[in-house]
Amino acid sequence: MAVKVITVGEKILGTNDAKAEENKKLLVRHGILTVNIMSSPGAGKTSLILSTIKRLSKKARIAVIEGDVASSVDADKVNALGIPVVQINTAGGCHLDAFMVEKGLHNLPLEKVDLLFIENVGNLICPNNYKLGEDIRLMIASMPEGDDKPYKYPAMFADTEVVVLNKTDLQPYIDFDEKAFRKVVIGLNPDVIIFPVSCKTGEGMPAWFDWLEAALKNKKNK
Amino acid sequence: MSLALEKATEAQAKKIISINLVVGELSGVVGDCVQFYFDAISRGTIADGAKLCFETKPTQIRCRKCQSVFTPADHEWSCPQCHETSVEIVTGRECYMESIEVE
Repeated sequence: MAVKVITVGEKILGTNDAKAEENKKLLVRHGILTVNIMSSPGAGKTSLILSTIKRLSKKARIAVIEGDVASSVDADKVNALGIPVVQINTAGGCHLDAFMVEKGLHNLPLEKVDLLFIENVGNLICPNNYKLGEDIRLMIASMPEGDDKPYKYPAMFADTEVVVLNKTDLQPYIDFDEKAFRKVVIGLNPDVIIFPVSCKTGEGMPAWFDWLEAALKNKKNK
Repeated sequence: MSLALEKATEAQAKKIISINLVVGELSGVVGDCVQFYFDAISRGTIADGAKLCFETKPTQIRCRKCQSVFTPADHEWSCPQCHETSVEIVTGRECYMESIEVE
């Protein structure tokens, strides 16, 4: 039989993008501000979430979707603060996708949530390609990872709205060049907002809290 | 695979011979891994035995000031023409199915 070529020209992740749009509509309907938090393992995603919960939980109703390859260690920490949390174990998968998040959303009391954090799986490559339905894409870079990371993972840095530069308390002990880091990140992404912080000491955190509170108010007024 | 099956079924094909994919260097797609899993999940479908052909697009960036397009060096992303550091990624993120060959 003759071989025939069929032109397709469609995105491989088109079905994920469509599901992400559905998630977004659901979240918008409930007036929820959603933040997708991405970083390499150990950069401080859970620490940032826990610090933010402690600071803002009286002002906003917060919920969390935790994505991990395995275990519920992070979800247990959030749960201990009395915050609704859903753990998604990807069983080896290196990122969350919109279908997993949809399941998570169905297990949360959305009518009682103002702010949703989605903690992605620790990885700087794949999570960037999967939209989840979020309003804000936030990535955490931590100083010990080195100032050269934007060169290695440019797409991640180019597509994010917020970069939290964590572990500034370690600056005296390492050769992290913040000026060089900022230059390349802003070069790739002129609209990015960078918050240098230490989740451990609290340094720089007020600026992040204020920004997030303003984003929440903005969302409510829409 | 569901996209390939959908298109092949629409065309009333009996078998999918190959699937042509375009992936950028920044897309995180590893061809051999995808073929490995594809072989496993395509068993018993009309895509069984299909070869995945990957066309890799290199990373290219464009200077926002003078618009020249260049391939970035490891640690030097400023424009070779005007030394501007404000740049945007133009290719390297691709991840789409270009075509399928069926019979």
